[in-house]
Amino acid sequence: MRKFFLFSVSVLLTVALQSCKGGKKAGDSAGFTYDEQIEKDFLEKLILVEDGGTVELPAGRFLFKKALSMEGKKDVTIKGAGADKTILSFLGQTEGAEGINITNCQNVTVTDFTIQDAKGDNLKLKGCDGVHIHHMNSTWTTGADTSNGNYGYYPVECRNVVMEHCEVSYCADAGVYIGQSTNVTIHDCYAHHNVAGIEIENCINSDIYKNKAENNSGGILVFDLPKLFQANGRNARVWDNDCVNNNFPNFGKPGSIVASIPPGSGMIIMATDSVDIYNNRITDNKTVGCAIVSYFTTGKQLNDSTYGPYCHNIYVHDNKFSRKAMMIPALDTDFGKLAMAACKSPIDIVYDGSAEKSLIDANGNLPEGKKICIRNNGDIKFVNMNLWKAKNLTDVLRTFDKDMTKFDCSYTGINGNNTNL
Amino acid sequence: MKKVSIAAILLSITCVILFNQCKFSGDGKVTLDVAAKPFEKLSQYHFFKGSLKDLIPNEKVLPYDLITSLFTDYAHKSRFVWMPEGAAATYSKDEVMEFPVGTVLIKNFYYPHDFRDESKGKRILETRLLVKREDKWDALDYVWNNEQTDAALNIVGDSKKVDFINPEGVTRHIDYSIPNKNQCKNCHNLNNVQMPIGPKVRYLNKDFKYTDGVRNQLEKWTEIGYLKGYEKEENLTNKIADVFDEKTGSLEERAKSYLEVNCAHCHRKEGSANTSGLFLLLSEKNPESWGIMKSPVAAGKASGNNLYDIVPGKPGESILVYRTESDDPEIRMPELGRSVAHAEAIILIKEWIAAMK
Repeated sequence: MRKFFLFSVSVLLTVALQSCKGGKKAGDSAGFTYDEQIEKDFLEKLILVEDGGTVELPAGRFLFKKALSMEGKKDVTIKGAGADKTILSFLGQTEGAEGINITNCQNVTVTDFTIQDAKGDNLKLKGCDGVHIHHMNSTWTTGADTSNGNYGYYPVECRNVVMEHCEVSYCADAGVYIGQSTNVTIHDCYAHHNVAGIEIENCINSDIYKNKAENNSGGILVFDLPKLFQANGRNARVWDNDCVNNNFPNFGKPGSIVASIPPGSGMIIMATDSVDIYNNRITDNKTVGCAIVSYFTTGKQLNDSTYGPYCHNIYVHDNKFSRKAMMIPALDTDFGKLAMAACKSPIDIVYDGSAEKSLIDANGNLPEGKKICIRNNGDIKFVNMNLWKAKNLTDVLRTFDKDMTKFDCSYTGINGNNTNL
Repeated sequence: MKKVSIAAILLSITCVILFNQCKFSGDGKVTLDVAAKPFEKLSQYHFFKGSLKDLIPNEKVLPYDLITSLFTDYAHKSRFVWMPEGAAATYSKDEVMEFPVGTVLIKNFYYPHDFRDESKGKRILETRLLVKREDKWDALDYVWNNEQTDAALNIVGDSKKVDFINPEGVTRHIDYSIPNKNQCKNCHNLNNVQMPIGPKVRYLNKDFKYTDGVRNQLEKWTEIGYLKGYEKEENLTNKIADVFDEKTGSLEERAKSYLEVNCAHCHRKEGSANTSGLFLLLSEKNPESWGIMKSPVAAGKASGNNLYDIVPGKPGESILVYRTESDDPEIRMPELGRSVAHAEAIILIKEWIAAMK
């Protein structure tokens, strides 16, 4: 009887969800009119601005058919009249995939406006040294839709990137997405209703603090992926963030890395070296609070001998994990099934238990500087998947254990330096 | 009174300068000052003689052609090169040859009204110039007026509606897009430096019908002093396949040649798309770099639910096919320069992937 009840509920939920998906919203077009001359004027300003100059975007709601772009400038600011006053919409864009595409600049500041509804990424910066993005908003007004653009903010192959006081929502991939960059700071940002809230990928030296990631499928992600220009991301500090209620249904495009994120993931550290995670509040995430996993948990093939697919030198300490009672993990995912089997509830910290074989000693331990250390996180639910023993991801239901003793260690710091902040 | 006289003097100086400029550029020879601002009108350079729209090259303006060229919404292209007196390009075997300061590469984009019979006339849309200044290449775009009398310098791009009759006799409509100055750099980018793409030995290594007879282009360039250091013997086989001529290469060679010419200016380690990990130069040997069983990086929905760039034997599951077939700005590849798919080339690429084991 109870089973039947659950079945009925799930059928109803499925139907409800499907009907939501079916009714694709048209997007916010109120008050936006297209004016070809305005489009050309904006673009001309961005092309002709002198080094050291400022491009002022007036208050108003502006619709564009073509991507805007800026290339090869030095010390230039693009400034709106406020994120709620200057709104650039790319709804129904016909040319270029980005909203604004900034390439090859030195010291560029982007501030005080909203970009919405680009076909691809709302704001992309590539190959820039000195990027300051602040007090911006980036969103898709079409709601959670798989056909939304990928990234709200996408600095890639940049150096010295600071993002602060930015909001981002409804990205079909990651809200804040910083890829293959060096010296990255993300703080006081608010990412909500994205597949992934805040994600760094293949970055070196990153600080992520005082952000709020809420109602995404996954809150904060520190990833390292194969076959990329800047390989083997490392050295990240993640502290004082709120990862709250990241239980939003995953609307990522099948085939993309983030589409495999189980809804209900607070933080995921994948294949990255040297990550210090502390003083975060990880609250009400229904599947996993913090996952420390190898690339193999994506289920994708790997063929890159220069790439390290495992996490090493990770320290998760002094975080506060909490959740409401009776939260049910995402049972259609491997992690959800594992959580249910292991804890009958969400897992606070899960480690996939895999590491570079050549580093492991006869007792199965990693050497100093490579260890996974977990301390002072209160009374947590911990699961070691022991993926190395498992035939596949489903098989971890047989191989997992809950023994935390060999993870009771402290961290040697990023690059061997202690991190006392 | 004093102010007025200063103004009068300034005005007369300006008039004299303007007049002299006109006189200077009016003697019919190609006019270019690499240090000066670009001309507002294409006609001011005197690259062509007679009626501008006939594109009859002036003295030392040499036409050239590529074995396989980039697809731009079926537009036809006529290319010319000009170098200052006594200057020559230096031979490079694999990359774009090194051009002297003052070189201008001239590319006209046009549509014949009827592709079956070009004598029925054509509409020229834009003329792109790459000018080698002292320190860098500068990209200049001139957009033709509807009367086809001249073309004006354009910075922010433009779009034009074009109708033409295709080789099958079908009327086609294209929303032709003219790039803005930043978009030029997107493709013409090698290690963040603006560079030409086409004039490489292996693209130019073919015969061309000059007004004074048929010659190999590289030999002709050498003969008139535009190229130094070119060795014919070492370049006998250094040529890309002509994509639609089966005699010039195997299916694989032709498909790869198409991808190099249309994609590899960005999809190479020094190019704009190096973030993707997909490298499509013919010299690239790693199958995964070519996309074979390679996961996309930041393709997002442009993957079309497919897992790999190329799945051998399965063009329908290959992202590379999905993106080259699409017209959607977010999905389509290349990103710029096309609004419709190149149907004939996609057939070739599909055949190549289908034949892969």
